[in-house]
Amino acid sequence: MLDLHGRRTFPAFLVVFLGPAIVCYTLFMMYPLVESLVLSFFSVQPDNSYVFSGFANFVKLFTDSDMAPRFWGALKNNLFFFFIHMLVQNPIGLLLASLLVTKGKGRGFYRTVLFMPTVLSVVIIGFIWQLILNPLWGVAESMMRIVGLGKFFQPWLGLPEYALPTTALISVWQFIGIPMILFYTALIGIPDELIEAAVVDGCTESQVFWRIKFPLILPTIGIVSVLTFVGNFNAFDLIYTMKGALAGPSYSTDIMGTLFYRTFFGQQLQLGNPSMGATVATMMFLIILIGVLLYMFLFQRRVKTYQL
Amino acid sequence: MKRCLLAAMIALIALSAFAQQKVTLTIESWRNDDIQIWQDQIIPAFEKKNPNIHVVFAPTPPAEYNGVLNSKLEGGTAGDLITARPFDASLALFNKGYLADLTSLPGMNNFSNVAKSAWITDDGKHVFAVPMASVIHGFFYNKDIFKKLNLKVPQTKAEFMQVLEAIKKDGRYIPLAMGTADMWEAATMGFQNIGPNNWKGEEGRLALIAGTQKYTDAPYIRTWKELATWAPYMPKGYQSVKYPDSQQLFTLGKAAIYPTGSWEISLFEKDAAFDLGIFQPPVEKRGDTVYISDHTDIALGMNAKTKYPDEAKKFLEWMTTAEFAGLYSNALPGFFTLSNHKITLKDPLANEFLSWRATCKSTIRNSYQILSRGDQYGAPNLENELWEVSASVINGTMTPEEAGKRVQAGLDKWYKPKK
Repeated sequence: MLDLHGRRTFPAFLVVFLGPAIVCYTLFMMYPLVESLVLSFFSVQPDNSYVFSGFANFVKLFTDSDMAPRFWGALKNNLFFFFIHMLVQNPIGLLLASLLVTKGKGRGFYRTVLFMPTVLSVVIIGFIWQLILNPLWGVAESMMRIVGLGKFFQPWLGLPEYALPTTALISVWQFIGIPMILFYTALIGIPDELIEAAVVDGCTESQVFWRIKFPLILPTIGIVSVLTFVGNFNAFDLIYTMKGALAGPSYSTDIMGTLFYRTFFGQQLQLGNPSMGATVATMMFLIILIGVLLYMFLFQRRVKTYQL
Repeated sequence: MKRCLLAAMIALIALSAFAQQKVTLTIESWRNDDIQIWQDQIIPAFEKKNPNIHVVFAPTPPAEYNGVLNSKLEGGTAGDLITARPFDASLALFNKGYLADLTSLPGMNNFSNVAKSAWITDDGKHVFAVPMASVIHGFFYNKDIFKKLNLKVPQTKAEFMQVLEAIKKDGRYIPLAMGTADMWEAATMGFQNIGPNNWKGEEGRLALIAGTQKYTDAPYIRTWKELATWAPYMPKGYQSVKYPDSQQLFTLGKAAIYPTGSWEISLFEKDAAFDLGIFQPPVEKRGDTVYISDHTDIALGMNAKTKYPDEAKKFLEWMTTAEFAGLYSNALPGFFTLSNHKITLKDPLANEFLSWRATCKSTIRNSYQILSRGDQYGAPNLENELWEVSASVINGTMTPEEAGKRVQAGLDKWYKPKK
């Protein structure tokens, strides 16, 4: 900024505008994050004091015969959790969004209903689904029997091979509203003239979608993917509500969030270990950071955005 | 008028000075279910005898208790009396200097060594809490169903399996109300309930700590083998049946037998519309000694930094008396005093549980003392491991031998028995 004499002055109003946000963000986000990163390089002694231990916690996390399987197991489960969301939640979200933009009755109703689970508390979602799938009093089995599928019912939440896909699908059910609304707003942002012109030029419905709409919403697909990634690697509450901190059976539903919780806060007779917990948290941070960086460099920079 | 006001003020000052003489003690606790009992029965009984001491029961929700208490103690704002969890959680507080040493408290000799074992240093020299109550494991059964099917209460393992089979054959009821989804039921209400008969209670428990017995030994493998035979008698889909589900199955009269512990008495007596009965964990053959898990669960310690140590000690001393033992055990049927006082209980079921102490040998859960110090970072936590393997054994995803190997390997990794 130049003053009357053409000299540069410090734009004081920037402080006023950015100040509060910077102070809050630093105090409540940056400081705890840095503190937690620092904590992961220390280890707790029996007398409650902390001693600098370099990378010892990380070495233990990756090599210890009890800790490493839990960490890699949680990472693997978390990746699976993420892929289910990418393969089910986002395509269905897109499908629902494209149905919502077509002309028809009751769109407002469906838009609201489909978005509703997202605003419900996870505790309620967990409770409802446990009841639905309950082998004793759940409605799932009787409803399956009505359509002749009764013999396929299983106590999915309790079986090691099914528990994780089941919890993942419940999470999909809950959060489907978010990609749906994002895709929906992207789709209604496409000017009608473009589509009309394409139709006049002889495009079929599917050509209109894949050649015109899809490229235009590609940036939104990127954003939805990265939001899903960050959300899934921070996920914890749904699994904790339904399966507890031990994420059973046999750790089959253990994801990074539950591993962190168990490590940091402890479980039943096991006392928590803050520095080891911070180590798990640091790994979660790094994994999310790498994921977001990959998105930014491999996707966001290459994708074409069109000015409409 | 002015004089009148002055007089009133003097009276007020005098009154507040009098009030200040009255000491207020605060009790930290996780038992928010019991607040009514403390306020209406226990505290008034104490205050009647000690009019200058006022006691406030200030509970925190169970799941938050350990964390909240820790931060209160660190910040110096914790209450004068502190409800103590058994074993390591409280031992850690004592080692950090938060709990006072109560070894020389008059009345401590009213408690047996087993009772004190949960709130004592490893060398057995310092006791830091007054034991309050234990819970006893056993089986509840539906007397109406037993009568209808003409079944006898089982005493031996063979009879137990016959009863389960008979109920299953009849087909109207679920033989055993239990699930493995929460995992702790498999370990606590299964493994620690029927196991003591196999490892001979204290003998086996202490041998594990001494390192002379291992989880791969016959008594432990046998316990898991017995658990595995329960699976066909549990409700369908038991892998995802949770604790409240099994409670409801039983209280609704849909299931005949429920393996659990004395803490269920109040709830079951309230909810069940049928005659309740209990039986002891089955033994090999009639006449064998029965070993019951009489688990030390709750105690009261003193904040080392309390402003009123004398008054707090007075309260703790009162807690060692027969009066408190009777009051507490009657107010909370199913939670039994750990003192040696002879008390009479009004609740028949609680009385029956308590009567087992005379004929059976008591022990506590074998994973609680010392052995669960593994913090899972290179030292697997025994209790967590027991939850998981016991559930897996019932689910059929792990053999009893694998379970023993896994648990012992985890223990060997960090635990070196004192020679």
